[in-house]
Amino acid sequence: MPLKILVTAKRVEDSESKIKVDAAGTGIVKEGLKYKINPFDEIGVEEALRLVAKHGGEVVVVSVGTKDVHEQLRHALAMGANKAVWVHHDGPIDQLGIAGCLQKVVEKEKPDLCILGKQAIDDDQGQVGQYLAEWLGWAQATFASKEESLESEAEKAKTPAIQLAADGKSITVIREVDGGLLTVSSPLPAVATTELRLNQPRYASLPGIMKAKSKPIEELTPAGLGVDVGVKLTVTKLAPPPARKAGIKVPDVATLVDKLKNEAKAL
Amino acid sequence: MALDAESFELLQSTLRRFIRERLVPAEDVVEETDEVPVALVEEMKGLGLFGLSIPQDYGGIGLTMAQEAQVAWEFGHTALAFRSVFGTNVGIGSQGVLMDGTEAQKREFLPKVATGELVMSFALTEPDAGSDAAALTTKAVRDGDDYVLTGAKRFITNASRAGAFTLMARTGGPGPSGISAFIVPSKLAGVSLGKPDHKMGQRGTKTCDVLLEDVRVPARNLIGGVEGQGFKTAMKVLDRGRLHLSALSCGVAQRVVNEAVAYARSRKQFGQRIGDFQLVQAMLADSQAELYAGWSMVQDCARRYDAKPPGASDPDVSMRASCCKLFCTEMVGRVADRGVQVHGGAGYVRETKVERLYRDVRLLRLYEGTSQIQQLIIGRALVGRDAG
Ligand SMILES: Cc1cc2nc3c(=O)[nH]c(=O)nc-3n(C[C@H](O)[C@H](O)[C@H](O)COP(=O)(O)OP(=O)(O)OC[C@H]3O[C@@H](n4cnc5c(N)ncnc54)[C@H](O)[C@@H]3O)c2cc1C
Repeated sequence: MPLKILVTAKRVEDSESKIKVDAAGTGIVKEGLKYKINPFDEIGVEEALRLVAKHGGEVVVVSVGTKDVHEQLRHALAMGANKAVWVHHDGPIDQLGIAGCLQKVVEKEKPDLCILGKQAIDDDQGQVGQYLAEWLGWAQATFASKEESLESEAEKAKTPAIQLAADGKSITVIREVDGGLLTVSSPLPAVATTELRLNQPRYASLPGIMKAKSKPIEELTPAGLGVDVGVKLTVTKLAPPPARKAGIKVPDVATLVDKLKNEAKAL
Repeated sequence: MALDAESFELLQSTLRRFIRERLVPAEDVVEETDEVPVALVEEMKGLGLFGLSIPQDYGGIGLTMAQEAQVAWEFGHTALAFRSVFGTNVGIGSQGVLMDGTEAQKREFLPKVATGELVMSFALTEPDAGSDAAALTTKAVRDGDDYVLTGAKRFITNASRAGAFTLMARTGGPGPSGISAFIVPSKLAGVSLGKPDHKMGQRGTKTCDVLLEDVRVPARNLIGGVEGQGFKTAMKVLDRGRLHLSALSCGVAQRVVNEAVAYARSRKQFGQRIGDFQLVQAMLADSQAELYAGWSMVQDCARRYDAKPPGASDPDVSMRASCCKLFCTEMVGRVADRGVQVHGGAGYVRETKVERLYRDVRLLRLYEGTSQIQQLIIGRALVGRDAG
């Protein structure tokens, strides 16, 4: 039963870049930053590719933003996605706006399954997948994870963790919950969001990177899709994490044990 | 057709991630076992690394020299054994076929080279012909549709992995004009390998002798189909190889600087970080300045290399490639030496990376022309005496 899967590729700051809060205190200094595909989205692309490798079908990747997001779309195409949709928007946008655009793209593309990151590593909002499922009226399986470790044979064999029922009409997803795993089943179409432990994304191969150049990127706009992207949620303050206090040196083990017991209360 | 900037950027970030996540953690295993794990070799094939320099028409991705230099720089950041696995396919092993081979030869061999299905090595050096490669004595005698080859080749990188050699042998009289280049499949009767060489460093790389006893090589495997061109082919191949090694040297130098800076920041003596001592800073500064100079010249020369018509040789570019090889490989030797010095006694024991790097880089000044041979090439180009 071939599947059509829609995945997302948000452009985020590379976690290896040095992030500094800007003078206004509501954003970050953009100069000299490197960007990449949101790691949670990358895991979504990987899962989708594994599912279509097993069941057949196609993977459509979507990103909303400036022309720069082409880099992230190309990344997903180089990994193996079949085509890309670029919702061209140059100004500010919030999670409601993004989910609105995605909803319209989904209505146009009619996928069986959407796989999104459970959050993006830039502002960790974690909203879009849930809005999208709500507005589409679809079930959602959030925080998809798996039982096997990332060193397991199943992982090495690139087996999908999301299971498709034999009749192709529903999926089973394992979710990480506090201290355990919860397995849920949902009819298709559905929305799933990814946890870090779902899989280890493949490297885009060099031939894959070359092929990506000739894969189509369709351009759409919020206005064309009829989506109002007026911002409702604004960032009012951004604070860096508090600087770490300097450590202390203890003269001997006895003092260390004493401090751990009585000051840190760790023992 | 060169790879566009956006695709190249993606390639570079993929390789960086692959090196950081997969190769660097495997360095100690390579050092202990003297082998590159098979699974990693397969991953490298899957990534397409064997086809970096093979044009797209022949199944590779056709990087420019400037792009290839960037990739070599990245691979300088990990054990050199990894690069060596695909290094001869990208460089000296295949370039002779690409530069001077007939169309039929290119179609037959290059697509398999690009995927890594076929590993190719470069066999020029002999027991009695090292720096003086034009004195090689391996004989190739025409007999019907074949050439019959007899001789011995020494220190051949990847010989034990190779499916074929780009091999220089004498078809004519003495001197460079009597030398021809052949594609010699390793499975031909009469080809055998010597014992693996036990080397100072670069564990995981493979070199050994290649012995040829009455090996019948089909005449269609004469590169370019013309006799007497083999030495020119070999020299053109080495021009490119020298730039690749220069870039690699800069990459390793960067790794050494990174290791030394990290150590200088964390190690304390006399109550402060050793990095706060100006004498230690001076070592780091000298290394950084030399590294910057080396990398700048590699980038400049690679641009010049890309600007000339493909396959043609330009004496000015060759002279500059030798300048790069001379400076960068000597530079990384000094940088590695200072790297050990910054680490103090720890730099002399196996647990630190600089100990290995120090041994690994020693080879770079020797192969593909020793530093003295680079000096000769540059000197002759300046004074205007004909080589040979
Ligand atoms: C690990 C390794 C891998 C190699 N891989 C390959 C390979 O894949 N394919 C291949 O064909 N070869 C390979 N080589 C061979 C390598 O290119 C030669 O070792 C190198 O060119 C030097 O030759 P030689 O060892 O015979 O030294 P020699 O030529 O004997 O040189 C000894 C010393 O004399 C100096 N010298 C020689 N002639 C002159 C001169 N005219 N003026 C001033 N000084 C001079 C040299 O600089 C050197 O210091 C490899 C070697 C090693 C060690």
